Amino acid sequence: MASIAPQKDPTAPAPVLGPGQTYTTVTQKLSSIITSRTPLGWIVALLIAGSILQLLMLSATWLLIKGVGIWGLNIPVGWGWAIINFVWWIGIGHAGTLISAILLLMRQQWRNSINRFAEAMTIFAVMCAGMFPLLHTGRPWLAAYWLLPYPNTMSVWPQFRSPLIWDVFAVGTYFTVSLIFWYLGLIPDFATLRDKAKHKISQIIYGMLSMGWRGSAKHWYNYEMAALLLAGVSTPLVLSVHSIVSFDFSTGIVPGWHATIFPPYFVAGAVYAGFAMVLTLGLPIRYFYGLHDYITDRHLNNMGKVMLATGLIVAYGYGLEQFYAWYSASPYESYMIQNRMFGPYNLQYWLLILCNVTVPQLLWIKRVRLSPVGLFVVAMFINLGMWLERFMIVVTSLHRDFMPSSWDMFHSTPWDWGLYAGTIGFFLFMMILFIRVMPVINIFEIRQLVPHKEKDTEEAAASADD
Amino acid sequence: MAENNSLYGLLAEFDGPDELVAAAKGSYAAGYRKMDAFSPMPVHDLSESLGYDKQRVPIIVLICAMIGVATGFGLQYFVAVVDYPLNVGGRPFLSWPSFIPVTFELGVLFSAFGALIGMLLLNGLPRPYHPVFNVPNFERASGDGFFLCIEAEDPKFDVSETRAFLEGLEAKKVDDVEP
Repeated sequence: MASIAPQKDPTAPAPVLGPGQTYTTVTQKLSSIITSRTPLGWIVALLIAGSILQLLMLSATWLLIKGVGIWGLNIPVGWGWAIINFVWWIGIGHAGTLISAILLLMRQQWRNSINRFAEAMTIFAVMCAGMFPLLHTGRPWLAAYWLLPYPNTMSVWPQFRSPLIWDVFAVGTYFTVSLIFWYLGLIPDFATLRDKAKHKISQIIYGMLSMGWRGSAKHWYNYEMAALLLAGVSTPLVLSVHSIVSFDFSTGIVPGWHATIFPPYFVAGAVYAGFAMVLTLGLPIRYFYGLHDYITDRHLNNMGKVMLATGLIVAYGYGLEQFYAWYSASPYESYMIQNRMFGPYNLQYWLLILCNVTVPQLLWIKRVRLSPVGLFVVAMFINLGMWLERFMIVVTSLHRDFMPSSWDMFHSTPWDWGLYAGTIGFFLFMMILFIRVMPVINIFEIRQLVPHKEKDTEEAAASADD
Repeated sequence: MAENNSLYGLLAEFDGPDELVAAAKGSYAAGYRKMDAFSPMPVHDLSESLGYDKQRVPIIVLICAMIGVATGFGLQYFVAVVDYPLNVGGRPFLSWPSFIPVTFELGVLFSAFGALIGMLLLNGLPRPYHPVFNVPNFERASGDGFFLCIEAEDPKFDVSETRAFLEGLEAKKVDDVEP
């Protein structure tokens, strides 16, 4: 079966861990990212991300002073970039939960080296997503009684028959559960950092975060069960979150929204966008910190395949939209599709097809899946394409609905761009901070991939392929 | 050598996970019960070979999930039927299918807290101090060290005999653990 260097054997999958790794080297390499001196490149990256973050501060402040009139919203397009960006960010988060929960249940060991930063990505992406619904209210400090059911002096309660309130619970639960899952995975690694840290203050901080973890067999026994159960509850959760987000649209009667394909189409699109973002972040981190032994060709290949598969589901969704328009025999539905393809927003539509359907077909080629540059380029196309998809769903459906007298065009303003770019800055800023203070790769799960003894090497490589 | 009651136990270090499991099985077979093993990652079969195989996390999570589901549905029932009934298009106040998403989400939320807090409580964490941390070498238990600790509370424990026993199990090193 697969030996130490199986790239030479074309039938065996590449290993999930580079050759020659032991418990000592794994621990040393992965904790040294944090315990070593701050690299100059890290400071530069943090400053760049921090500057983009200032756009968020500026745009949010001006929004709160002036109100949502500074955006390009109008009637009929009452849902503009805020909902587009919300759906985009939430979707990006889904890859993290997919990797940490669903692939854990499926015993895919290659997930061990990418789950940590994918989970971090989930948490920061959901934070970005959450900003938009809050900010689009214009007066977020009043939002408490619209969103949360608590006894208030007005005796008003939220409307539980509305998908918008389901969203509050779905996204709130998703954020909390992702945070719990992330922290659970970090506890043993915090213990490693506590023991590796050189500075007294970092020893104390990591010591408190590790809760006195000492790696006892009884602890691991309960720990593994807790992780398994969390994965078990997160799996239906992640599927429910984007389904509920899609209900925001599909329970409405607007042409182009009222379709039963929406929940699976949204979930597949979310995983698609999420894996693209995992690669967008993971490839530079891998390059910068030299993590090629942990994020191997096997990972790149598998992530390319997941993107290809989910991309095809998304393309199927686009196809079904055309089919519904024809099969429903509804003049509004068929006009909506015509308008998307040949109307004033046709450029965005065809760009979307290029980014999400055409370019990702390159992933059929193994050389592209194994090339970091090729994958990065495809991932950037998908990042843009998934944003355009939500733009298409929101804007082209709303701007020409049932009555031609109410038709109008949507034009974004610099404040729309500022807030959106600002959240990207926030996201990058948080990710860069995270890399420096927490292990970017799950150390204890990588130790599980280390072959026990020299003679076990072949056996371990064989079981890793299961 | 110190008296039995002034020691927490003896800590033996082993080469790797397989040796640790073998040593744990050997100690259990020799009649030791009050012991624990420490490893930098979960080791298959280790806790079972120490005689610890009672799994209580699932029942905690199940109870939490049921409390979450009941809370979610009860909240919506109270709001939509009892305290603030709204007639939306003539639908019944108890329009339960539209209450499923929130019920489900709260069930998941409560079970996730149950899993984390249940695990911590069962493991007696957070616990900043533990006698095994007194052994200087023990910091390697979070890196590349594999340890077995036989506690002095064990009725079969005797400093010199247990030390000889652990050394007989091919331990690399046996240390006293100060309480």
